[in-house]
Amino acid sequence: MKIINDCLIPAIVVIIVMHGAFKGVDVFSEFLNGAKNGIKTILNITPSLIALIFVINMLKASGGLDVLCSVLSPISSFLGIPDKLTPLAILSPISGSGSVSMYETILKDVGPDSFLGRCASVMMGSTETTFYTMTIYYGSIGIKKSRHTLPSALCADLTSFILSPLMVHLFFNQ
Amino acid sequence: MNYIWPLMILFSFFSAIATKNTTNLSSSIISSGTDAISLAIKLMGMICLWSGVIHIAEKSGLTKTLCKLLTPVLKLLFPGLKDKKTLEAIAMNMTANVLGLDNAATPLGLEAMSRLQTLNPNQNSASNYMVRFVVINTACIHIVPTTVALLRQEYGSNSPTDIIFPALITSVCTITVGLLMTTILKKVFR
Repeated sequence: MKIINDCLIPAIVVIIVMHGAFKGVDVFSEFLNGAKNGIKTILNITPSLIALIFVINMLKASGGLDVLCSVLSPISSFLGIPDKLTPLAILSPISGSGSVSMYETILKDVGPDSFLGRCASVMMGSTETTFYTMTIYYGSIGIKKSRHTLPSALCADLTSFILSPLMVHLFFNQ
Repeated sequence: MNYIWPLMILFSFFSAIATKNTTNLSSSIISSGTDAISLAIKLMGMICLWSGVIHIAEKSGLTKTLCKLLTPVLKLLFPGLKDKKTLEAIAMNMTANVLGLDNAATPLGLEAMSRLQTLNPNQNSASNYMVRFVVINTACIHIVPTTVALLRQEYGSNSPTDIIFPALITSVCTITVGLLMTTILKKVFR
């Protein structure tokens, strides 16, 4: 597992660069051109990044997330999401680093091969940080109205939270 | 975002008062500027690097080949989208996502977004294609969920990768629901 993982990125870089050189592309100067565009991109997304980090920090520090968890836990237990996973489910669309550290706590507490540990793993493996992705993608091109993106994406996240326990039941008989 | 953002700020403010966390809150506001910029700098290095590598792939025609391979999938997900360059960027982004290369997927996704923006009739509002594309990116399909598998291994799992298959099925369902919702809701939000 670790070997495949470690080789993946170097292999991709080598393939792309060698293929370019083989086809007669000026690989070095084209790399520089591309990297220059990257700077423009990052300048475009920085304002929205600040806005997002600002509000997420506020939510975390104020205890607002805990309040949100306790408010939403009846709904999530109604949907069959185990109590212990509710905070992870709420955090994962909002904060990437926050949900990873929450996931680690769960693995430490209940073990990675337990029912809850596997549920959390399936959850983490099938969702991305919705707010972050939206902010960066729309921020980079200056879109102000995201229309139905957020409701659709949150429905998708919800599907993953509901399906994760069911999938673990189905696959591991736990 | 125009409604959610102020709502989140207000909500944090009141929950800070209710849970007596106001000191934490004020220090978090002060530090968030620094946090955001340090994240931006981290992202800058990685975005520039991958943008450079990808630019080589574009020039060498590798992206065209990839796009051709993925044509059936792209036709299914983005019916009616004809622009070659846009489709190539989307194909590259999806490949990076599937391989679990989050760092490479971001600049590719942004590239695809800027291509989609040139086709967008209303520059302030997201087009239907953009919504679909962002929803696909918020629900990721990883063949190799690297972060999860590595963390599971770290915490002593007997088979760190045994969740790959259930996670894959879950994410396919997740994306299907997300895309169905975009189709249903696109008439509601104009």
